[in-house]
Amino acid sequence: MSSKPKIAFYWCASCGGCEEAVVDLAEDILGVIEAVDIVLWPVAMDFKKTDIETMADKSIVATFINGAIRTSEQEEMVHLLRKKSQIVISFGSCACSGGIPALANQFDREEILRYVYEEAPSVEKNSKTRPEVKSKDNGNELEIPQFRNIVRALDEIVKVDYYLPGCPPTPKLIKETVSVLLGGKLPPFGTNLAPDISLCEECPRKDSKPKDLSIIEFKKPSQGIIDPEKCILTQGFICLGPATRKGCGALCIKGNMPCTGCFGPTSKVRDYGAKALSAIASSASGKDEKEIEKNFIQVSDPLGTFYRYGLSKFLLRGKVNRRS
Amino acid sequence: MTDKKEKNWEPKIVAFFCNWCTYTAADLAGVSRLKYAPNVRVIRVMCSGRVDPQFILEAFAKGADGVLIGGCHPGDCHYSEGNYKTLRRVSLIKKLLAQVGIEEERFRLEWISGAEGEKVKIVINDMTEKIRKLGPLNMPEKFLDWDKEISELEKEIERVH
Repeated sequence: MSSKPKIAFYWCASCGGCEEAVVDLAEDILGVIEAVDIVLWPVAMDFKKTDIETMADKSIVATFINGAIRTSEQEEMVHLLRKKSQIVISFGSCACSGGIPALANQFDREEILRYVYEEAPSVEKNSKTRPEVKSKDNGNELEIPQFRNIVRALDEIVKVDYYLPGCPPTPKLIKETVSVLLGGKLPPFGTNLAPDISLCEECPRKDSKPKDLSIIEFKKPSQGIIDPEKCILTQGFICLGPATRKGCGALCIKGNMPCTGCFGPTSKVRDYGAKALSAIASSASGKDEKEIEKNFIQVSDPLGTFYRYGLSKFLLRGKVNRRS
Repeated sequence: MTDKKEKNWEPKIVAFFCNWCTYTAADLAGVSRLKYAPNVRVIRVMCSGRVDPQFILEAFAKGADGVLIGGCHPGDCHYSEGNYKTLRRVSLIKKLLAQVGIEEERFRLEWISGAEGEKVKIVINDMTEKIRKLGPLNMPEKFLDWDKEISELEKEIERVH
């Protein structure tokens, strides 16, 4: 066995984009591989669960876990990895705050299963086959993981030491994180490794944002042409930069698209969506209900707009009346 | 929830009242000896514009059955524009609460000037009755219930290892 520090990557409910971000380190990944031993990385290399189970506790220096938690299998794996790791890093928006998968928290489990297995246009209408946790096939008993009622962030299941937000985290942030970990000078546990200040701070269009905004009618990006020089919010498109943590290098803005908030809030904020909603509402104009309603007519889905990457961290957690 | 608990349940309403108008009105209601439902917990804020949407969500999350915001009439804000900001936020918050299934009667914004002690009484009584009809929201108990599914596995893992 080599004496290089061991690191692991694991994925839960995610799209694979976070894994792609690791690969996007390009040739820099060779430096990482030189410095560490990867002991688990299901997307790229072949390992078995037993390989991890037989390791001594805390023998992995750092484990990067991406994806939200939806099934009992994911819970079991992250409990196991927590036990075997010194440091657990919540990697990407889904692990940090639920991400896109957590938008499912607007519905209860029954609604989701019914749609997916009975009502979706691609299913045979009369089959009504639902997955069962335990079933029999040719006399063999089969078991699949449980599909939970709620999509959770990683830190609702196990203790998380560091957070690396983003959809996905940028290669630059990943590199910085790895060098911090290998450098041995660790920041305090619980730290979010992206800078603790809002995106407007690093936005190249910062100077074109007036001090007071008074936006008349908000538009969706598909409903107008975005001037590539001016502050996007000032032009009446919802840009969540004012409420979102910086660290991405304003990538979407540079691509002439508004910020949708994947880096989540700064450390002072408890509910990202509430703050983002507040920031947008405060920059609107209108002094009576009708006028205001007209200005917000295109904000037809506040939940999806302000909690796109963070419904697991919504203070009310999603749909309030759910069947179990 | 047990039947007994259900029977003894009384609506809990968290009310954020602006210092300059609605809070003064509540004071006036008091010195005028007006009687209104004791279901409101009043929190004095300097302006209805100080009510961060996080406060509203937190009130519900911690067990409020309703949230009421009271501010100065349009044009009367002590800080000139605060209540307009409230109105804009409330417009989006109402949509948001509807999306997660919180009934509209549970969240209310009212303009009540310092002279309208009577309106404080009417609004509070009306809101209390409407919420009584809806029944408890009880988010804290719901959260405990939702999280049972993960604590079971946790216990099992502890048992095995």
